[in-house]
Amino acid sequence: MTAVAPQTRRAEDAVAQLVADYEAFAANGAAGAPPWVQELRAGAIRQFAEAGFPSTKDEEWRFTSVEPITRTRFAVASATVSAAVRRAVEEVAIGESGERLVAVYVNGRFVSELSSLALPTGVTIGSLAAAAEGDVARQHLGRLADPSANPFTALNTAFVLDGAFVHVGRNVAVDRAIQLVFVSLAGSEPTVSHPRNLYLFDDGAQASIIEQFVGIGDGPYWTNAVTETVLGENAVVDAYRVQREHDNAFHTATSQSRQGRSSVYTSVTFAFGSRLTRYDLNATLDGEGAECTINGLSVLRDEQHVDFHTTLEHAKPHCPSWEVFNGVYDDRSRGVFSGRIIVRPGAQRTDSKQTNNNLLLSEDARADSQPQLEIYADDVKCTHGATLGPIDPKAMFYLRSRGLDEEAARNLLTFGFGAEILNSVSVEELRTQLDGIVHARLDESARKRSS
Amino acid sequence: MLEIKNLHASAEGTEILHGINLSVGKGEVHAIMGPNGSGKSTLAQVLAGHPGFEVTQGSVTYEGQDLLEMDPEERARAGLFMAFQYPVEIRGITNAYFLRSAVNAIRKTQGLPEYDPIDFLDVLAQKLRTIGWDDSLMSRAVNEGFSGGEKKRNEILQMAVLEPKLAVLDETDSGLDIDALKTVADAVNKLRGPERSMVVVTHYQRLLNYIVPDYVHVLADGRIVRSGGKELALELEDKGYDWLREPAVAR
Ligand SMILES: Nc1ncnc2c1ncn2[C@@H]1O[C@H](COP(=O)(O)OP(=O)(O)O)[C@@H](O)[C@H]1O
Ligand SMILES: [Mg+2]
Repeated sequence: MTAVAPQTRRAEDAVAQLVADYEAFAANGAAGAPPWVQELRAGAIRQFAEAGFPSTKDEEWRFTSVEPITRTRFAVASATVSAAVRRAVEEVAIGESGERLVAVYVNGRFVSELSSLALPTGVTIGSLAAAAEGDVARQHLGRLADPSANPFTALNTAFVLDGAFVHVGRNVAVDRAIQLVFVSLAGSEPTVSHPRNLYLFDDGAQASIIEQFVGIGDGPYWTNAVTETVLGENAVVDAYRVQREHDNAFHTATSQSRQGRSSVYTSVTFAFGSRLTRYDLNATLDGEGAECTINGLSVLRDEQHVDFHTTLEHAKPHCPSWEVFNGVYDDRSRGVFSGRIIVRPGAQRTDSKQTNNNLLLSEDARADSQPQLEIYADDVKCTHGATLGPIDPKAMFYLRSRGLDEEAARNLLTFGFGAEILNSVSVEELRTQLDGIVHARLDESARKRSS
Repeated sequence: MLEIKNLHASAEGTEILHGINLSVGKGEVHAIMGPNGSGKSTLAQVLAGHPGFEVTQGSVTYEGQDLLEMDPEERARAGLFMAFQYPVEIRGITNAYFLRSAVNAIRKTQGLPEYDPIDFLDVLAQKLRTIGWDDSLMSRAVNEGFSGGEKKRNEILQMAVLEPKLAVLDETDSGLDIDALKTVADAVNKLRGPERSMVVVTHYQRLLNYIVPDYVHVLADGRIVRSGGKELALELEDKGYDWLREPAVAR
C-alpha cells in the first residue's frame, strides 16, 4: 500500500496541473471561441477534475496503467511548420499531389499551407475552429463523445480548439480518399495536443476517410484525440485509422460514431507506434438495418502497450456487425482487446460476430482479451471467439509439409494475422503502404530471432 | 520408390505402429484400408515427417534416400506429398499466395527461377484446366470457412500444383457426398501416371470404385494384416474388418 500512495499523489498533481493549464488557456487565446464552445470546455474540465485519471482499479482500465502519462508534465503544444513536417506528410499521403485531398494538422491545429484541398462540390474538409463559427458544427460537436464516460475525452473537450472537420453533403460520393494527417511535434519539453475531429456524412453520402497519426522528434509527447462521426441514412463510409506515433509517444483517443438507418460503416484501425496507446472505439447502430464492421490490427515490439477498447451498441433492430481484431506481439510488448457488445431492448435480429486473435512471438509478450456481451433483447445472434498463443504447430507442420522451411512458414503464418486485417482495406494505395509497414516490422522480428 | 521396413512409431510414449512393411513401386497405386484408430493417419503423418511421432524401429527408404532423416520440407521438395485428413486453416493467407510460396520454395531448391504473382496465375490456370476445376477457392484464405468437401478438394488442388512423385492421400474421401467424391476421384485419376505413385488411405471401400488401386492392404491395430489385389476391397465391403482382426488378437 505504501508504494501506491506517492503514485496517487502524482496523479492528483497531474490533474491539478492540467486544470491550471486549462484556466490559463481559457483566459488566453482560447477566449476567441464562440460562447457555446467555451461552455462545452468549462463543463468538461469540471468533469475531468472530478473524475481524475483512471486507475487500474477501474474495470475498464484494468490492464492499462496511465501512470507513465500522469508522471510526466506535459505543456500545451503549439503548432510550428518545418521541413520535417512536410517530409512526414509526404511519407504518409497517398495519391498524386494536386489531385488528392489531404488536410494536415500539426499538434492538433489545421495548417492550410501544408494541405492540398481541391474540394469537390458538397464537400467541406478543414479546420474545426473555423467550422465552429457555423451552425452545423454546433449541432453536433460534443453530442456523441461523452466526457463523463472517459476522463481523456473530458480533457480533450476541455481543451477543444481545433482539429479536423469533414462534411460530405447529401448523396455526394467522394471519389478519392479524404486524408487527414495529424502530426505531433516533440519539442524540447514534453507537450500534449488534443485534436478534436468531427466528421459528418449526410444521408446517402459516400466516402473513405484516412486518419494518420505521426510524430516527429525523439522526446516524449502525448496525443489525446477525440473523433465524432455521424452517418445519415444510407451513408456508406470507410474509416481507416493508422497510429504510427514514434516510440516515446503516448496516444489516448476516443472515436464515437452514430449510424442512421441502412448506413454502412467500416472502421479499420492499425496500431504500430507509441509507447502507450489507449483507443476507445465506440459505435452505435442507431437506425434499422445499419451495418458496422470494426477491424483492427496491432503489431508491437519492445515495451509497447496498446489497449484497444471497443463498444458496439446495437440500438435498433436488424443490424449486423462484424469485428475482427488481431494482434502480433513481440519482445515484452503487450496488447489488450476489450470487445463490448450491447444489444438494447428492442434491437431484435441483431447479428453480431466478434473475433480476437493474438499471436505471441516472444515468451515475454502478453495479450489480454475481454469480450463483454450485454444483451437485453431475445431474438439475437451474438458470437465471439478468441485465440491466444504462439504459432500453431499444426499450421507449422502443414506448411512445412508443402515445402516451406521453418522460417518461411513462421513468417507466412505471422503475416497472415496482419493480412487478414489488411485485406479489409479497400483503398489499394493505403493497403500497399500498410503492407510494407507490417512486412518491415515482421522482417525485423524474424532477423532478431535468427541472430 | 518407397520401401517401408518393420516400421514402429509411437506418440507420447505409446506405440501405435507395430512393424509396418510396405513396398510401393513407381506409378503404382496402393490402397490402405482399416478401421478407425488402426493407425492409418499415423502412418501417413510419419511418412510426411510429423514431429509428434517418434520412429522407434525400422526404416523408410524413398528413392534410395533415408526418408526418416529428412525434414518435412525436404521430403516435400523431394516429391512427397501428403493430403491431410484434417487440413489446417491458415488465417489471412490466400490459397493463391500459399501455393505460390510452396511452389517457389520447391523451385528455389531445384535452382529454378521463382514465379512472380502474374506468372503464377498462368501456372495455376493451367493446373486447374488439367483437373477441370475453376478458381473459386484461390482468393480465399487457406481452408478458412471451407466446407468439408472444399477442404478435401483443396488438398487435391495442392497435389495438382505441386506435382509430387509420391502422393499419400489420407481419407480424402471421408465426409464427401457422392458428387463431391466423384469430383475428387476424377481429379486424382487425371493426376495418375507412370511417374507418380500413390498411397490412398481410406476407411470406406466406396472410393476404390472410382480410384481403382493396383494393391490393397488392410491395416489393423498398427499392423498390415492382409494384402491383395483390388478384389480384397470388395471382400472387406462384404465382411467388414472384424474377420481380419481376430487372428491378431488370438495370437
Ligand atoms: N498424437 C497422438 N498422441 C497419442 N495418441 C495418438 C496420436 N495420434 C494418434 N493416436 C492414437 O493412435 C491410434 C491410431 O490413430 P490414427 O493413426 O489416427 O488412426 P486412423 O487414422 O486409422 O483412424 C489411435 O488409438 C489414436 O488415439
Ligand atoms: Mg485417420
